[in-house]
Parts: sequence; structure tokens; C-alpha cells
Amino acid sequence: MATEVHMHGRIGESIKRKEDGRFLRGKGNYLDDIELPGMLHMAILRSPHAHARVNSVETAAASAMPGVIAVVTGELMAQHKLAWMPTLSYDTQAVLATDKVRFQGQEVAAVVAETKYQAEDARDAIVVEYDVLPAVTSPQQAKEAGAALIRDDKENQKDNHIYHWEAGDQATTQAAFAKAAKVVRLHTFYPRCHPAPLETCGCIADVNGATGKATVYMTSQAPHAIRTVFALVTGLPEQNIRIISPDIGGGFGNKVPVYPGYVVATAASLLIGRPVKWVEDRNENLISTGFARDFHMTGDLALDKNGKMLALRVHLDSDNGAFFADAQPTKFKAGLFHIVTGSYDIPTAHVTADGYYTNKAPGGVAYRCSFRVTEASYLIERLVTNAAIELGMDQAELRMKNFIRPEQFPYHSATGWVYDSGDYPKAMNVALEQLGYQELRKDVEARRKKGEVTGIGIASFTEVVGAGHGAEFDILGLRMFDSAELRVHPTGKALLRMGTKSQGQGHETTFAQIVTEELGIPAADVAVEEGDTDTAPYGLGTYASRSTPVAGAATAMVARKLRDKARKIAGHLLEAAEEDLEWEIGRFYVKGSPDRGKTIQEIAFAAYTNVPEGMEAGLEGVHYYDPPNMTYPFGTYAVVVDIDKGTGQVKVRRVVAVDDCGVRINPMIVEGQIHGGLAEGYGIAFMELITFDAEGNCIGSNFMDYLLPTAWETPRFELGETVTPSPHHPLGAKGVGESPTVGSPAAYVNAVIDALSPYGVTNIDMPVTSDKVWAALRAAGVNE
Amino acid sequence: MKVAVKVNGTERAGDVEPRVLLVDFLRTNLRLTGTHIGCDTSSCGACTVLIDGEPVKSCTVLAVQAAGRSIATVEGLAQGANLSPIQVGFHEEHGLQCGFCTPGMMLTGTALLDRNPNPTEDEIRWAISGNICRCTGYMNIVKAIQHAAMAREAANAAPREKAAAAAGGE
Repeated sequence: MATEVHMHGRIGESIKRKEDGRFLRGKGNYLDDIELPGMLHMAILRSPHAHARVNSVETAAASAMPGVIAVVTGELMAQHKLAWMPTLSYDTQAVLATDKVRFQGQEVAAVVAETKYQAEDARDAIVVEYDVLPAVTSPQQAKEAGAALIRDDKENQKDNHIYHWEAGDQATTQAAFAKAAKVVRLHTFYPRCHPAPLETCGCIADVNGATGKATVYMTSQAPHAIRTVFALVTGLPEQNIRIISPDIGGGFGNKVPVYPGYVVATAASLLIGRPVKWVEDRNENLISTGFARDFHMTGDLALDKNGKMLALRVHLDSDNGAFFADAQPTKFKAGLFHIVTGSYDIPTAHVTADGYYTNKAPGGVAYRCSFRVTEASYLIERLVTNAAIELGMDQAELRMKNFIRPEQFPYHSATGWVYDSGDYPKAMNVALEQLGYQELRKDVEARRKKGEVTGIGIASFTEVVGAGHGAEFDILGLRMFDSAELRVHPTGKALLRMGTKSQGQGHETTFAQIVTEELGIPAADVAVEEGDTDTAPYGLGTYASRSTPVAGAATAMVARKLRDKARKIAGHLLEAAEEDLEWEIGRFYVKGSPDRGKTIQEIAFAAYTNVPEGMEAGLEGVHYYDPPNMTYPFGTYAVVVDIDKGTGQVKVRRVVAVDDCGVRINPMIVEGQIHGGLAEGYGIAFMELITFDAEGNCIGSNFMDYLLPTAWETPRFELGETVTPSPHHPLGAKGVGESPTVGSPAAYVNAVIDALSPYGVTNIDMPVTSDKVWAALRAAGVNE
Repeated sequence: MKVAVKVNGTERAGDVEPRVLLVDFLRTNLRLTGTHIGCDTSSCGACTVLIDGEPVKSCTVLAVQAAGRSIATVEGLAQGANLSPIQVGFHEEHGLQCGFCTPGMMLTGTALLDRNPNPTEDEIRWAISGNICRCTGYMNIVKAIQHAAMAREAANAAPREKAAAAAGGE
């Protein structure tokens, strides 16, 4: 009789998360929970000015304070050639200021002391003399004649311009515009916001003076890439650097870059010979670490008289802050922004982008987004809704008319992308059906007749995630592949290690399920480890929704390699030819004799005890997966809002989100990711704003000014799905973590604009706060 | 200053400066690191503990203010290997992702259910509105607390039914 195989945790099963136990008991191991023997604490002194010359840094009083071991200044760092560091975008960034400060919150000096309280006390005793300079706080100011030169440290930098970048075809686009019956223009500012993970950034640097080994515990989404960058920055040999990312309390892109605090703490540990912990507080996190967006965008959409899209022209002014430190594939200066044609079959497009230095924090990161696709998706989806309003067409109908059709995949876009797969009309139809769109549209008209202000917004986004392939996508030359190493132990239990790093995405469960599916080892028997560069295979990390598309693929591939070896061992054990064996989940059996079989556990034991003559022992392997293409998740989101005419308050009545991320490995986890992204999208659309006054003071430097959605205002979400597998991913999966933040802001704002369209309002920039809506209604003559 | 408090039912004491925050006392002196620090401004709730049953943001309370009081932290929720209903609810309903807000959320949820065993969705959302979560969008946190409410109700009903059955059998 065949062995009864009951397998728990296959692909498609919503098993409960394996990692929950330690978090539920308060036994997670986050950076600040780690305490090493002899550990010191570091506090960083930051600039109160946005732009100023540093005349002197007086440290004597601070050095004399209780518990102080060292005060580190830019001058000291300069003696070790560490006052500046390279950025991920081939620029330089000050580690500790030596000449000028260039944004409020910039690192000026650091105190290392026995306790956190002592370090902060002494920090306040450092005296810095500044000559304040005029601040530049926008690209518009940055490009004015006579604007203060921010980067006077760079020999050939004569103005504040960083880069000019183009994609698409200018000539054909111009020609198409010349023939257009209708051109719709939208100028919109996607304001600066911040990923604000609940855990801030930090590190513990532990440099062993005897061995020269630098172990750095770090809140990093990309520990291996950080190790290599560290080796390049510090000159330490890479084998002597170990980066350990412990449990991470959310990342959303904020924990990709290398921050000055990491470098200073490591230098301090090296000089002092004791471990040094640095954990930023919330204010430091919001004013100095990787921000997001800050894109000033102008889009022109050319259409014929029937609403068919002919061409798209986009210009972007990007505000990059004081140092060009964006975390993105090196080749693309404005990230993947040129995916801006979105879900539409637009024959030609031309995108231009210019980046500018300003006196604001550096380090543009993609806040839950694949390298600036969020801004691109927002622009095109807002443009399409505005076009529908201007043409007097239905938003859904205009989209349907212009969607890339299912039979056009693989689709070559006007700006050079090759979309892998999609069925946009289907996702749209599922969303409209779930929403009850036709009825709701009538209801909206009826309510408007009664004087209510209400509307429906739609966004049909296309994401581009899962970088590489390595030939096109690299960071400082590091190809964006990823990796998985799988070891099956003699008792049939397994250890899987990857080059990615979960920050809450549930990798310990999802990736175990891939092993279950491919090798038939129950998910409960597969331990998943990430984040320790001394043990995990090299990878580029977790961001840009790349873990499942890349490391997930690597996991499937390595499991298949082991299955091939297991087949050989099974043949040996069963005295049968390999080709006479059939695989069913968890076992090989002889064709026609299902009772003659060997389970994967039996085969694993034999791999260490009884291998065929000439075969290497063991059942272990590693796979480096360089994807053939990006994956292109998509979906349609629909939002219904009601607006209070008297106060301008926007209430989100419904949110329907239909996502197609290809094959879902653990649907429960996928839905959880979508919920989270829809909430962050809500925050971005209505609440979250980092802004600056004329002197460059950061407004939005704490959670009382930088507003995050709580359970009270966050809407309820209604999810739906379609499944269009990726044709090139071994499991058909596409990645999902960022789709909802990419797609939802436009859906929320489109609903507001739809509601206000009877009053002639065509745009309100995010965050769409009550005062802006109120002012728009007043400007339209509403005085209730 | 000497501070003596009861933490999760056990008397604990420490010698701290008067300015030391309760969250630092718990994390550094008592090494109870399940209570987290997210904002320092009592905005995010990651540091929520219960003092005499009431949710309190321990980043905004001095350790000395808690002297003589009874403090509950996440480490005290489970009884040995048995998770409390709120912990089971968060696991079953996928109410956590990165886990950083989870201890504070569970303590706030526990305090809510202690005073209101059967809350509506709005009551749950209002109760946890001082605790920020960046990962879940709150949908599953609400379900987790509802799950715990039902489990607690069932647990409370069970002894009554048993008693009633026993009484009926006599």
C-alpha cells in the first residue's frame, strides 16, 4: 500500500505564521534588545540649521562629563579618512560635518559613553559655532540664478543640478501630440513623506581588536550589500566584516541605506575596543534618514477624439536633498519612474527628469515601492481620471478603452519595459463588480442632486518589481540576483538560508512553504534563516517587492536541484532506474507500483548513510537566481468618498482592492500585506507630510506633526483577486508587498477629485487634508 | 533612588536616577525587552504596559512614579506554555507582521476586554487608536481582539455550564 502523504503547508495554503511565537511572547530579538558585554552607547549631535558653515566644534566640556569615553568629531573622522562616504548613487555624503552642514539634522559630532543617558547629556554640552547660510528648500529655488551653492565641496559642481535623465522617444512623441484632438495636463507634487517604520534605525558595532573582526548588528534590509559597501568605505577586508540583521521592526525602504551613524559607531568601536550601540530616536529617524517621493511632476496626455491615448509626455523635477544618496539601481537616475505609461497601450512617450540638491535630508528611498514606481503610477492614474472628467467620459470606460490587452503580452512599452503578463480588463471587471459600480454611479448622481459631495475613484496600476535581471539592474555594480541555500538534515528536517531579510513579511513561513511544495518536507520542519552575512548566501536584500520574485525563485530552484539528487538516491534505494520513478509530494515511487516508494525523509537519511557508488554524500545545495525579467503585478482599486461641505473632511466609505500578484504562496500573508499597504497609502493620501519652512526647518519631525493613520481613521478594506501567473517565475509568483502603496494613493485622490469635479476642481496635492478641500470648495463658491 | 514594583506578579527592585523612564527601567534594569520604544513622545504606543490594569505609555512615566504599583508587560501574558486568549487571537487572525507594535497592542486589547468583554468594532478601533501599527492596516488586529473576546467568553461560560450541568445532575 502506498504511504499516505499528508502535507501541511503547500503553496496556496494559509498556514499560520511560524515566526509568531517569539513576537507574541515579547521575545523578538530587535536591535535595541541586544546587549553585549562592555557595550557603550552613542548619541549623535545634529545640526539645528539647514545650511551653515561650521566654524568650530568645542568638545572639552562634553569630554569631561561623567561616563564619557570619547567625543567623535568630523575632524577626527577626517584623520581616518572617514569624514565622507560614498552613496549608493555615486555621490558622496558627509559622515560627520567638517566644512558645512547642508540639512537640518545633519550629523555633526557623536558622544560615546557608558550609558545612553550619559551620552545624551554630554551631547548637549558640545558647543558648535555656525555661520548660517541661506537655505534652498525646493528644486524651483535650487535652479534660480544666484541660489546658494549647496555642494561647494565638489570641485566641478557649479550649481545645484545633479542629473538630467531621459527615456522614450522625443520626436515621435512630439509628432503624436501635434495630431492630438485633446491634450490633458496635470501638474502635481508628490510631497516628501517618510516610511517611518515603528522601530527606528540603529546598530551595534563590535570590532574585536585581537582578530580585527568587525561584527555589526544593524537594522538593515540588505545586510550583504551593506557588508560590501562597508568594506569599500572603511577599507576593512570583507571577510572581517559580519553584518547581522536581527528581527526588524518594519522597514518599508527606510532600512536600505548606509547611514552615517553606522560608520561612526564602527569607527568608535574600532578606536575604543568596545562594542558601541547607536539607536536613533524618532525625531532623528524622521529628520535625517531615507525619506520618500518629493517629486514635482508635469504630465501631458494626448488623446484622439474618441479617448484613445496617443502619447504621453512627462517632466520630473526631483528634490534629492543635500547629497544624492538615492537607493536604486545605479543605471536609472530617477529609479524606475519611466514605467509611467502604466497599464495603458500608449504608442509613444517621452520622459525627462532633473534632480536637484536642496538643504533637506538626503537618501531618497522607495517607501514601500519599487524604486519610484509609486510616483509614476500616481501621475498616470491621476492623469487618466482627469482626462475622463475633461472628456466627459466614465473613468472606468476610458481605462478599459486604453488598457494593454491580454493578447499583447509580453508587452513592449514605449519607454523600454517588457511587461511579463497581465489581464487588466479582468481585474477591473472584478473590482467594478465587487464595488457594484454601476449602481453606485447612479447613487452618486442621486446624492449630488441632493447637494451631497461624493465620488468614486479608480486606479488601475501596474507595478514593476523583482529586480534584477542582473544585466540591467545593479547597485554599485552588484548584480541584483538573489540566493537560497538549502540543507536537508539526515532526519529529513531542513534549514533554508537566503540573501533576503524579512521585516515582517513572513519569510519564515512563505519560504518554508516553497520547500514544502518542491520537496515535500512539511513547512513545520523547515527552519528559515536570514540576515547573518557569515551564514547566509550572498543576496541583495529585501525591498522593491523582490523577495518572492527573486529569493523565492532561488528557493524553488535549489529545492529542485535537491529533488534531482533525491531521485538518484531513491533509484539506488529502490533498485530502480531513475526514469522509472514517479514523484508525488514527499516521495518517489516506482511507476506502476505505488507501494514501492521512499519518502524524502528516508532519502535524506540515505544521503548521509547510503549513497550510490561515486555520489557525494549530503543533501544540500545553493542557488543564485538571476531573473530573466522583472515581474509586473497589477490590479484595480476603487474608493468611494463622502465629503463634508462645511468642514472639508473626507470620509472614505469603501475601498475595494483587487490585486493580481500571480500565484499566491500564503494567501493569508498576501492579504495582510495588502491591508498594510492600503493603510500606508491612506496615510500618504490624507495625512503624512514632511515639509520645511523658509529657513529649512523640518516640519514633520515627530509623530505629533508627522501623522500616521491609526485604527480609528483607517478605512475597512474589501479585497479581491485575479491570478495571472508570471510566465518566467518558477512558481508563477510576482511579489505583492508594495502594490497597495503604489496603487492606492491615486485611487483615494481620484475619489476626492471625482467628488469635487462638479465644482471644477481638477487637482489637490497630497496629503488631501480637510483645509485644502475646504479651501477648494470655498474657491468654487460653496459657502455652507 | 530605590524603586520597588511588582512586575507580572513578581516583586522587582532597582536603583535608578529619578529621571529614568519606566520603559528604560523595564528594558535596561529588568531586561524585559518585550516593551518597545517607538517614538519617545507617547504617540505610538509601542511601549504600552498596564499599571494596575490600565494601559500606560511607559515612555512617558518615570520609573519612580510606578513605585509600589503592579505592572503587566507582554512577558507576563502567557502562563508557561499556554498563550493567553489575546496572544492566540493575534496568531490565529494574523494580527502581527513585524511584531514591534504587538506587545503594546495586546496589552491595550487585554485592558479593553477586561472592562468591556464584548466590544463592537468601533469600540475596538477607538481603544487601540493610541497604538500605531505600520504593517497590518489594523484589519486583522481588530479580528484578533474579537477572536480573544470570543475565547474569553467561551472560557468564562465553560465553568458555568459545567457547574450548571453538575447542579442539574444532582
